[in-house]
Amino acid sequence: MAGGGLGSLNSLPKHYGYMAALWAGLPAFFLFLAWLALEGHYIQSMVVGSLPAEIQAMSDDEIGLYYNQLVGYAQGSVDRSMLNEDQIAAANNYQQLVAKGQAMKFLLVGSLAVLGGMLATIRVSPELRARNHVENIFKWILFSCSFIAVLTTLGIVLSVLFEAIRFFQVITISDFLLGLQWSPQMAIRADQVGASGSFGFVPLLVGTLLISFVAMFIAVPIGLMSAIYLSEYASRRFRAITKPVLEILAGVPTVVYGFFAALTVAPFIRDLGESLGLTVASESALAAGLVMGIMIIPFVMSLSDDIISAVPDSMREASLGMGATMNETIRKVLMPAALPGIVGGILLAVSRAIGETMIVVMAAGLSAKLTVNPLEAVTTITVQIVTLLVGDQEFDSPKTLAAFALGLVLFFVTLSLNVIALYVVRKYREQYD
Amino acid sequence: MTKDRFKNTALIQASLKKRYARERRFQMYGKLAVLAGFVFLFVLLFDIVSKGTPAFTQQHISIAVNIDVDALGVSSTASQDEISKADFSSLIKSSLREMFPDVKSRGDKRQLYRLVSIGAEYDLRDKVLADPTLLGKKQDIWMLAHSQAASYLKGQITRVIPEAERKVKNQQMDWLDRLREQGRTKSSFNTTFFTYGDSREPELAGIRAALQGSLFTLMVTFALAFPIGVFAAVYLEEFAPRNRLTDLIEININNLAAVPSIVFGLLGLAVFINFFELPRSAPLVGGIVLSLMTLPTIIITSRAAIQAVSPSIREAALGVGASKLQTVFHHVLPVAMPGILTGSIIGMAQALGESAPLLMIGMVAFIMDVPGGVTDSSTVLPVQIYLWADSPERGFTEKTSAAIMVLMGFLILMNALAIILRKRFELK
Amino acid sequence: MQGSEKINAPQLMAHGAVPNEAVGLDIHAHSDVSDYETTGKPFVDNAKMSARNVNVFYGEKRAIMDVSLDIGENEVIAMIGPSGCGKSTFLRSLNRMNDIIPICKVKGDVFLDGENIYAGNQDTVLLRARVGMVFQKPNPFPKSIYENVAYGPRIHGLAHSKAELDEIVEKSLRRASLWDEVKDVLDQPGTGLSGGQQQRLCIARAIAVSPEVILMDEPCSALDPIATARIEELIDELKERFTIAIVTHSMQQAARVSQRTAYFHLGKLIEVGDTKQVFTMPAHELTENYITGRFG
Repeated sequence: MAGGGLGSLNSLPKHYGYMAALWAGLPAFFLFLAWLALEGHYIQSMVVGSLPAEIQAMSDDEIGLYYNQLVGYAQGSVDRSMLNEDQIAAANNYQQLVAKGQAMKFLLVGSLAVLGGMLATIRVSPELRARNHVENIFKWILFSCSFIAVLTTLGIVLSVLFEAIRFFQVITISDFLLGLQWSPQMAIRADQVGASGSFGFVPLLVGTLLISFVAMFIAVPIGLMSAIYLSEYASRRFRAITKPVLEILAGVPTVVYGFFAALTVAPFIRDLGESLGLTVASESALAAGLVMGIMIIPFVMSLSDDIISAVPDSMREASLGMGATMNETIRKVLMPAALPGIVGGILLAVSRAIGETMIVVMAAGLSAKLTVNPLEAVTTITVQIVTLLVGDQEFDSPKTLAAFALGLVLFFVTLSLNVIALYVVRKYREQYD
Repeated sequence: MTKDRFKNTALIQASLKKRYARERRFQMYGKLAVLAGFVFLFVLLFDIVSKGTPAFTQQHISIAVNIDVDALGVSSTASQDEISKADFSSLIKSSLREMFPDVKSRGDKRQLYRLVSIGAEYDLRDKVLADPTLLGKKQDIWMLAHSQAASYLKGQITRVIPEAERKVKNQQMDWLDRLREQGRTKSSFNTTFFTYGDSREPELAGIRAALQGSLFTLMVTFALAFPIGVFAAVYLEEFAPRNRLTDLIEININNLAAVPSIVFGLLGLAVFINFFELPRSAPLVGGIVLSLMTLPTIIITSRAAIQAVSPSIREAALGVGASKLQTVFHHVLPVAMPGILTGSIIGMAQALGESAPLLMIGMVAFIMDVPGGVTDSSTVLPVQIYLWADSPERGFTEKTSAAIMVLMGFLILMNALAIILRKRFELK
Repeated sequence: MQGSEKINAPQLMAHGAVPNEAVGLDIHAHSDVSDYETTGKPFVDNAKMSARNVNVFYGEKRAIMDVSLDIGENEVIAMIGPSGCGKSTFLRSLNRMNDIIPICKVKGDVFLDGENIYAGNQDTVLLRARVGMVFQKPNPFPKSIYENVAYGPRIHGLAHSKAELDEIVEKSLRRASLWDEVKDVLDQPGTGLSGGQQQRLCIARAIAVSPEVILMDEPCSALDPIATARIEELIDELKERFTIAIVTHSMQQAARVSQRTAYFHLGKLIEVGDTKQVFTMPAHELTENYITGRFG
């Protein structure tokens, strides 16, 4: 870079600096991440491999427990008295491996950074188009950021799919999809795995749909009519105040709705039912559905409002200009015109209701009952995922794997609803663009 | 042509009454729908606030304690270490017995002890540790009331309820009445709630640990989701070629926005905890999961903000020889920043209120200690609410509502910030 | 600019905008018209509709000032004037279409067969059935051709049987000279027709309730010359049965289709007279300037 002054450079000096920094930093950073990701697995396999043969012969679960104990000891969280001699030896081995790994990591990552930096420095010359070079790298970084969306979807699909496939090796798909009994608790006993625990999905589906139906029964009329009133009748000021206030309902965390459903609405409905001579479960589908409906009202309202506003004003003028009243215009012109869009919006709302978790976890039942009576307690897909995975769990039992199978179903059901809904709404918008 | 040529007048006039009635009915349905929304919101907020407000006060009882060195089993010149090991629990019990000498039976004594919180002994110990000259002195000391005693003092439990159906018994009420008459009870702002972690005792349970956990989690979420979201938005708006891959990315973003949050929890469990072996229950994993969840929101709003930047700015910068990248980072992004921040704050508010995916990755633990870092076990405010909501005691119900009020307070603050930013953005 | 006169309520609500008619008022660009009296013959003997001292306000802005004008039975009256002169606003005040704009207020009287349509006991349903409207842009409903025409008779309960309704639809389509083109595709969506056909469908839809007056707000501005010619022919036929008030930005069109012409300028009615007279010997300087193309 000597001689010629700055003017003879192809790019600004700082670009050469950026380039060197990127060359040094990026590969080292990725190596570091990869190291972090794989180190644990590698050390585990090394340590387990050095264990006596009779221990290696144990089941994966037992080895896992055994290993966790010695790791806990090595990290100082498990008392020595809980371990046997083999484990202590392995723990020492573990500690050495970790220390070695630490040193190697430092060395490798550091030298890769130095190497990258040196390579970049060697390439630096006044002719080098460092700016373009740096910008190309940056473009790749930008691209990778947006590609994370794809990776996330892929991650979701693969993670639930793999575990679900393991589940379906124990329980057949038809038993799962068509079974009328859901009682995963029985499978806790290892000798009975899968054999007596029943994983029939139908009661969960019916429960989920029942609660979603109650929710839609509340949310669709109220949300749609509010949207109509606010967009077609209300004064500008009334609308400006009312809409944000109602949208507060959308900002309330779902755990709050769950609390409200479990502690206020459910007892209220039970007492009300009792006073009418009805038996109402204290975790009735009605209570959970009602509160879920309240949560979805602003969602339906905003979507319908967007859709109705998208109907051109010339439609309103044409109808009103013939002497139609406002409600005739709405019911006979605007609604039919907006119908596809509104149906799309409702599908999105249904997908929300199906995937909603906290309200049902807190206010719906745990036992899977095959019923369509909203006064009884039913359970849902999301409730079961949570109960199966929260708390003590052995990771490979069908009970935990079932949660992933449910997750798979949930993901695909909501995904298809969304894809259909977004398609319908987009087609609808194109019609009036 | 005559004036009465309009043959339909009579027909239309005949239909008018019915049509106007229908119109009025329809409008009324609209008003009722809006009203229903308002009523739901009001009932929800009223329910929470009325249940939660009492939790912001706490009750103390003044007990005359003879800080007797013999009773504590320490010398009058005891070291800090000795004092911290001393038996303050029995000291408090004996002080209570002295104040109510007529209490004789074991059962009654147990009821008597239950007037003050378990935490009182630690408070007393800390007090003596701070001021060892208290040793050997007799003093009135304000002690935190047990949650059940507190609920009687707050007037939440009355004698109207049959004794069998309440945990505060008649004689406890008598004692408390006597203490109140002697001016030995006081009610004050509940600082415990904001400075303690979770506890099995309602009067000792606080949201400090959960708040810290939420803070750490949000920090991780923001640190990941903001740059990635903005970069992704920049790529899609400014650089992405029109091709299959770009379409794929866009479809993915739109669909991720509608994937149930619990599915992100499953992803977190399978990928980050089971595969990458990151620590369970840690804000690190929680933050990563929530950042994946809020990413679509941030990308979509950032794209809208970038789109709204007038093309003249771009053309001006490109015109003076800036590269596309320089144009975007030096000229477009600064102008779009308020819009991007608005979207990010809304995304963060979503993340703050989210709990379902965090249940999956084990952030439902019982956490007493304030987490010190992003890898410590912790919980977050919404999950703390979920945990407390499960406890049947009245003390926890009001704590739950109070925690909800704090959570909603933060959400309102964040949304207000977003609205202010948006307003300023619109003015430009 | 011609397109900008159409007012739609939500847009106004959204932006708080005031139509350009109102904005134009402050700019006395061409000449001072603050003291004025309409030149020519605003009143006729056989008036179907009579406007008296009509003022239209958009919020604070006065868009129409003291306009008095008769519309004679079975005549075609054309309203012309530069963009923003208030001609469309005035037209819309004749069937109270301005009512749907929240900030719009009308003062003054409009009589239909001697009855004041702005009197308290008048309702817009019957009024708009009697005074129909055709808009600038063809706006058929996204329904079938049949349903478009049947819409008015259905909501007003004019047909008692399917056969009667069929008859009304056929008659209206024939009168709008569209029948032959669509009689085999009545169940196809009206939005699938060509622009000119759509506008004739809208005319058929308007005449299906047998109105007495048809207001046309620049009905040809979105159409090509051939489609325009067909609509103009149609207007000529329709005047046998209906009274027609047409707003147009095309002086040639006004000359071709109307018997009388009213010239508006900055919210005021400057001159009214027989079309031939207005175009050949305008009495007012502003009219002359407009006709001769000094501004427009």
